[in-house]
Amino acid sequence: MARETPAGDLRLANLTKRFGIFTAVDDLSLTIGQGSFFALLGASGCGKTTTLRMIAGLEEPTSGQVLLGDRDIARLRPYKRPVNTVFQSYALFPHLTIFENVAFGLRRRGIRAVDDEVARMLSLVQLDGYGNRRPAQLSGGQQQRVALARALINRPQVLLLDEPLGALDLKLRRQMQIELKRIQTEVGITFVHVTHDQEEAMTMADTVAVMNAGRIEQLGAPADLYEFPATAFVANFLGQSNLLAGEAVGASGGDVAVTAHGARFSVPAGRSRTDHGPVHLGVRPEKLILVGSADQVPAGHQHVTGVVSDASYVGVSTQYLLRTDWGSELSVFAANSGTPARVAVGGTAVAYWDPRHAFLLPRDAADTDRTSPVLDEPVGASS
Amino acid sequence: MTLLAPTGSGQAPPAPPAARSGRHRLLPYLLLLPGAAWLLIFFGVPLVQLAAASLYDPSGSLSTGYALTWAFGNYPDVVQAYWPQFLRSFGYAGLALVLALLLGYPLAYAIAQKAGRWKNLLLVCVVAPMFTSFLVRTLAWKTILSDNGALVGLLRDVHLLAPDGRLLATPFAVVLGLTYNFLPFLVLPLYASLERLDYRLLEAATDLYASPVQAFRRVTLPLSMPGLVAGTLLFFIPASGDYINAELLGTPNEYMIGNVIDSAFLVRLDYPQGAALSFLLMAAILAVVFGYLRRAGTEEVL
Amino acid sequence: MRVSRWLADRWVMIVALLVLGYLALPILVVAGLSFNRPSSRLSYDFNEFTLDNWRQPCATSDMCDAVVRSVQIGFVATVVATVLGTLMAFALVRHRFRGRSGINVLIFLPMATPELVMGTSLLALFVSAGVPQGFWTIVIAHVMFCVSFVVVTVKARLAGMDRRLEEAAMDLYASEWQTFRRITLPLVLPGIVAAALLAFSLSFDDFIITNFNAGTTVTFPMYVWGAAQRGIPPQVNVIGTAMFVIALLLVGLSSLRGRRARRANLLTGPAQPRPTRRPS
Ligand SMILES: Nc1ncnc2c1ncn2[C@@H]1O[C@H](COP(=O)(O)OP(=O)(O)OP(=O)(O)O)[C@@H](O)[C@H]1O
Ligand SMILES: [Mg+2]
Repeated sequence: MARETPAGDLRLANLTKRFGIFTAVDDLSLTIGQGSFFALLGASGCGKTTTLRMIAGLEEPTSGQVLLGDRDIARLRPYKRPVNTVFQSYALFPHLTIFENVAFGLRRRGIRAVDDEVARMLSLVQLDGYGNRRPAQLSGGQQQRVALARALINRPQVLLLDEPLGALDLKLRRQMQIELKRIQTEVGITFVHVTHDQEEAMTMADTVAVMNAGRIEQLGAPADLYEFPATAFVANFLGQSNLLAGEAVGASGGDVAVTAHGARFSVPAGRSRTDHGPVHLGVRPEKLILVGSADQVPAGHQHVTGVVSDASYVGVSTQYLLRTDWGSELSVFAANSGTPARVAVGGTAVAYWDPRHAFLLPRDAADTDRTSPVLDEPVGASS
Repeated sequence: MTLLAPTGSGQAPPAPPAARSGRHRLLPYLLLLPGAAWLLIFFGVPLVQLAAASLYDPSGSLSTGYALTWAFGNYPDVVQAYWPQFLRSFGYAGLALVLALLLGYPLAYAIAQKAGRWKNLLLVCVVAPMFTSFLVRTLAWKTILSDNGALVGLLRDVHLLAPDGRLLATPFAVVLGLTYNFLPFLVLPLYASLERLDYRLLEAATDLYASPVQAFRRVTLPLSMPGLVAGTLLFFIPASGDYINAELLGTPNEYMIGNVIDSAFLVRLDYPQGAALSFLLMAAILAVVFGYLRRAGTEEVL
Repeated sequence: MRVSRWLADRWVMIVALLVLGYLALPILVVAGLSFNRPSSRLSYDFNEFTLDNWRQPCATSDMCDAVVRSVQIGFVATVVATVLGTLMAFALVRHRFRGRSGINVLIFLPMATPELVMGTSLLALFVSAGVPQGFWTIVIAHVMFCVSFVVVTVKARLAGMDRRLEEAAMDLYASEWQTFRRITLPLVLPGIVAAALLAFSLSFDDFIITNFNAGTTVTFPMYVWGAAQRGIPPQVNVIGTAMFVIALLLVGLSSLRGRRARRANLLTGPAQPRPTRRPS
């Protein structure tokens, strides 16, 4: 059934969901290309699950459309949609065996010979021989894999995954990620994947969307989002950023000039979201290089001076905190590449960066620096 | 009121979906109609009729017929005539309730939390007696407590009972019978809510320096409250209206209000009096129940 | 020291077993008396061992008639009450509608009303409506007081059920009817069965309400009541014992099946998922 339907992109058009006066999903519009791997990131409670439920047909949108190809499916009953879900809470049927759970969708569509397919699916998720057990007899991670198998076996046009790998240990999770990605490329199913694991999102997805309070803040290829975030929220939700509050004083040549904390900086126009008014000048911690004095800053680079207030060694890198004259603490990650140029805590140091690595975002006038680590874990640490 | 399995614990059930169409909006009423109609016709209407009957002219009789004379005087009359039986009913039922709680709580707790793989077996032992007719069981108590039975003999031998002391035909026998007969109604709901109690909560409490007694007082007891309330009501209501135990295990000196109502309707054929007594009993029980529910602070039982 | 420690760990279980003994004691007496040849009609004491009562349980034929009638009444009342009550439970748990609290009160009140009051008021209704009392008035009365218990039992099971399971089924191509048939019904069924068992036991054992509405029809409890004045035939104990054994087998079997199926016990309502590790 799923496969005969002419394929197409999944489009959400002005999709809105209100619960009473609370708006869980706010005028969401986006297009997910057929066969692409789309990851949805966002803080807890921002509306990810609600969005998936509207695509699956389990929640009726307050307004807006869900289009698959040219067909508006927003008002179709869930069982009429070529869409399957791996539920956040698994939702395995407790009274059916694992085998029957996995076979459920096939049977509902009138397919009789399910044995081979189910066996194949179970071995895909490494649960061979578990067919006769019941969900309550499996561990959390095993249950999650059954949920995955139960949805995947239907080969839907769109597979919705609501944190499907959350309960798995790191090794199994990596394995399942590879497996998922392989299946996805193989069968060309559109995957919409909700996850809290940034690394998972970045490594697996073609497109990542960051959601905040029911809206998409930014959407694009993982590298684009990381290298050139559109908002302060994205800059600090995806990895970590040093955001200095300043004023853009206009573009000249290919650069936008910025004054911040009494110093002048510049950012290439191509990396500026605005060229006037209050701005955040952003630099990723790993793009900052720490040296002992301003003499060591190469030409064409920009810098701030401060006192090293903390250094923590985390193996692949050392993470410094640099307290500036005006009291903000910048994060600096120095790769442990063997050069012993380490800076002592308490000493004065200079952090410099290549302006081509900086980015410029519009800022609320009341907003100040955002430098203290918002996420105290580096990119890739799972939540 | 939840009998066997109090809701309220576990994850809250998701809100019912909004009505989708006209057909869906009618559906709940269609589902409710037969049952609600049955209850209205065979429970609601008779109750109203009984209220009317309690105001009939007391001088009428079945053969001459009754007239509805709004004889509110029936109420003070029956109170005056039968207040000892009223007091006795609630006294016996209250006493039996205390006994039942002392016996039933440990039993429910043990089955729910300590029995392990014997859980089902023990539960069956609580439930199965309910299938033996309760009259038959009450008559068995009559045998057990009888004057020439082994129990009385033993108690007399150890001088717990005077040589001519009896167990049967005493208030003790009636309270014992009440406790016995309605104990499962207390234990089952209690068991259901204790069964749901996550033992890790108790571990957490002990980890946080609670003594076993404190852990019980602060964690177990509050969490078993819905079952406790439901069980208490299911015990107390039938116990206070019962007259079988007083009849079989007691003497007219132990008669409860149920005996009086029974004889008013079936022996003396005094309908106004019987109806007035019935209504007083129900009003008293409802007053006790709602007073209790408010103190217990559980809205969930409804 | 050791002893007190041992006691401290186990006193709850010990008390529980003693209470169970208290619950079982009359049953043992009944079972014992079912093998008794009483010395006289009014004697309740054990006299002489015999198997006669078990060989000829229907020696007093009106007793067996009463048992059969009680079973018939119990069966009809159970079926009707279970259907009506289950429908109501579905309406209450699954739908929003006006007048819900009124319905809740209507369901609660019969459980808060002494049987005596229900019996007498129903008697008044039948008398004033000129309905002849007998088999069907008993059935009507039994359905009336069983419905509330069915609603409450099924409701608890239904409310404990995870709605997301039904969503998952719909997501997996099951229509509304298929979802009901394959997911909802099997999961609620233990609750319905428990409710039906409860209704049957309430009906079979009811004396007070029946006594007011039976006319000349005699049910088993009424027979026992009447016989208690004249002297109980020992066969009554046979019936009592047999009912107990049947109940034991029934509940035992169903819980055995339930255990194999890893479902929660028949009597405990909703199968709560055991706490498993939650996704972080
Ligand atoms: N049925 C509902 N009624 C009212 N509010 C709801 C309902 N379902 C969700 N919400 C609210 O909508 C918001 C979005 O919920 P949603 O489940 O989509 O979050 P989420 O992004 O999936 O979060 P998480 O990462 O924690 O799973 C939350 O604030 C939630 O409280
Ligand atoms: Mg979610």
